[in-house]
Amino acid sequence: MSARIGVITFPGTLDDVDAARAVRYAGAEAVPLWHGDHDLQGVEAVVVPGGFSYGDYLRAGAIASLAPIMREVVDAAGRGLPVLGICNGFQILCEAGLLPGALTRNEKLHFVCRDQVLRVDNADTAWTGGYAGGDEIVVPVKNAEGRFVAAPDTLAELEAEGRVAFRYVGGNPNGSMNDIAGVTSANGRVVGLMPHPEHAIDLLTGPSVQGLGLFTSVLGALAGASL
Amino acid sequence: MARVVVDVMPKPEILDVQGQAVSRALTRIGVTGIEVRQGKHFELEVDESVDDETLHRIAGDLLANPVIEDWTVTRV
Repeated sequence: MSARIGVITFPGTLDDVDAARAVRYAGAEAVPLWHGDHDLQGVEAVVVPGGFSYGDYLRAGAIASLAPIMREVVDAAGRGLPVLGICNGFQILCEAGLLPGALTRNEKLHFVCRDQVLRVDNADTAWTGGYAGGDEIVVPVKNAEGRFVAAPDTLAELEAEGRVAFRYVGGNPNGSMNDIAGVTSANGRVVGLMPHPEHAIDLLTGPSVQGLGLFTSVLGALAGASL
Repeated sequence: MARVVVDVMPKPEILDVQGQAVSRALTRIGVTGIEVRQGKHFELEVDESVDDETLHRIAGDLLANPVIEDWTVTRV
């Protein structure tokens, strides 16, 4: 039986369809989860996809982080459930306190939409175990609030513990501190990144198929193969 | 009911790109020598039963993000 991976939809989510498609390409069953429900439907991992949520009023991801489904995700993450946040999903995970730091308006206020080279800096997380450390992948980035910031001591801790999962290579698109594109929780089960691996799983629609590795990695982690 | 104002500002060390953009726009209407930082202003109508501790909690937990913002709570 294939693994069941939940994909959450909030009001304004855009990339849930592509995230579910990536889950299926990886060989798992994609289970739609609704923001207003308290039910994770027994899924073995969760993807919090990109787009917008609740109009991104207050701050991007702030109100979504308090949605009923996110209360369940936070509880389950505490028990080790693998969670991946992409773009707005990354913002939501930071606002929910599952990941450190915050995402702010891009340097120069540009909305950046381009294919971006990322380096996998930590290949020991639930979502990156299928890569080798130092691998470079090309995936689209598209956001206006992707500039990762954190307090100096938090940043030092992330670097010292190897918790920068992905770093921008060949040009920082938004002024993120230390070229950080994505980070992981201390236990490696929760990962968030601004670029969109779910858009890089098929050459018909993406610049590469190198984003699929995140979705296959978690299957390995669930099988106990890489953690 | 009492009126409470919560003002939220980006921390001094956080690059405020919106404030910078406003500052630059000011030069286009001929005003120089002004640097703007942009924040948020919330006006709350609160029941008498809501204490200061609760007000500070909602400011720090929801209205502001302590990673990037400072805030003040003022009863007016």
